[in-house]
Amino acid sequence: MYVAVKGGEAAIANAHSWLAEERRGDPSVPELSTGQIREQMTLAVDRVMAEGSCYDPGLAALAIKQARGDLIEAIFLLRAYRTTLPRFGASLPIDTGMMRVRRRVSATYKDLPGGQILGPTFDYTHRLLDFALAAEGHVPLPVPETDPGEDTACPRVTAMLADEGLMAPEQPSDAEPGDLTRTPLSYPAGRPLRLQNLARADEGFLLSMAYSTQRGYGNNHPFVGELRQGEVTVEILPPELGFPIEIGDITVTECQMVNQFNGSRTEPPQFTRGYGLVLGRTERRAMSMALVDRALRAEELGEEIAAPAQDEEFVLSHSDNVEATGFLEHLKLPHYVDFQSELEVVRAMRAAAAPAALREAAE
Amino acid sequence: MSAALQDAAVAERQHWMGVLARAGADAIDARLKELPALPPHVRLRGPEIGLTMLRGRAGGDGAPFNLGEMTVTRCAVRLEDGAVGHAYLAGRDLRGAELAAVLDALLQNPARRPALMAAVIDPLAAEQQERKASMARKAAATRVRFLTMANMR
Repeated sequence: MYVAVKGGEAAIANAHSWLAEERRGDPSVPELSTGQIREQMTLAVDRVMAEGSCYDPGLAALAIKQARGDLIEAIFLLRAYRTTLPRFGASLPIDTGMMRVRRRVSATYKDLPGGQILGPTFDYTHRLLDFALAAEGHVPLPVPETDPGEDTACPRVTAMLADEGLMAPEQPSDAEPGDLTRTPLSYPAGRPLRLQNLARADEGFLLSMAYSTQRGYGNNHPFVGELRQGEVTVEILPPELGFPIEIGDITVTECQMVNQFNGSRTEPPQFTRGYGLVLGRTERRAMSMALVDRALRAEELGEEIAAPAQDEEFVLSHSDNVEATGFLEHLKLPHYVDFQSELEVVRAMRAAAAPAALREAAE
Repeated sequence: MSAALQDAAVAERQHWMGVLARAGADAIDARLKELPALPPHVRLRGPEIGLTMLRGRAGGDGAPFNLGEMTVTRCAVRLEDGAVGHAYLAGRDLRGAELAAVLDALLQNPARRPALMAAVIDPLAAEQQERKASMARKAAATRVRFLTMANMR
């Protein structure tokens, strides 16, 4: 229990002034603009949009500036802002099969229709600090361009396996999905709510959970069937129009993990999928989500639930960094009355134990 | 109007609404500079900023799920002749949404449409197409060409 305490207003105001000064840093160094953050700290912006669960690069950049680069604080700011806006409805499901691909790789097929497209990746960089970037006025070389030619369509790897009957198909459905921002989660949550939760989950938590499955805690033998990143069109169906319209494009990353499945009484041996879809270009996050999604399908596929990553309630109730931070940081709030009572209990226990200890020492 | 004609009219309107949604106030303004001033309009709703819940599908082609929200600006206007225009666009751009709604109302008038398509929509669509094509060319340059052992020798 913590209690409201009055007083300290002047101290709080002064603390916030100091915070503003610290945020600005050395005034002889030029101030960062939110445009610079949006354009040059793109993967931080993408993480804040994904976990803030709100696609708006400008707002995410502002949140990062205000939070002094503390991304969890920035995510909190974005989540708080979104609660001030009305909801205009939901989009039609985005069609990632029609993605304008910047990057698309498969670890299961070398030669696949559409090819392996590396895109702007950190892979194959040497991870050596590049001191050229420390100098200002660094202008990157022009990017080579090639005519894409006719064969640019990138069919899904999972569809190729499904056509052979080797991949469990998804159940086609247009069921209205539950929304955890409107109704608190209850368990079992089901896959649509799990995917919503994972899409906004803390990246570090997702990564650790995914890593635990790779190390044998709910082993699921994954292969990256396909990882694709690029732009998809967002369509909505306004009731006043009665037909769908395009409202813009967003960048997303999708990961299809392919996992061996030994079969069950009703299902033949085949591959099953874990699915990751995230706002922005955070590839590690999409891969982690896909592994955790597959682990959480254990019950549906009749597998033994033996590891934390397979436990829906454990994963979903600990994945949100805004909730976790709130509960953790509330420990900083005054607990004076609480602590006084514990102090009295400990003193009473010591007083009761002391005569006995003295007697033992005398014997 | 026959069903086919109506479908074609809807497809044309979807096209210009999609182009205007992606353009933004500055780009639309730049295209309007050469044209006579837009006629007066009244605001029926907005322009206002809200959220749309983005949806994906499990496995890419399965049951829908909520992926996360995005900011959206919308506006509805009426011209003096009674024509109503609508606009929805991704992001926060109040002026862009209002301009798009006015243009949507004007473009529904067959007498005004050809000039506005030629001066505003077609050039904006071409710019947007070129941005897509440029990205596709950059991506194509990073497509891996595997060499087999036979031709490496």
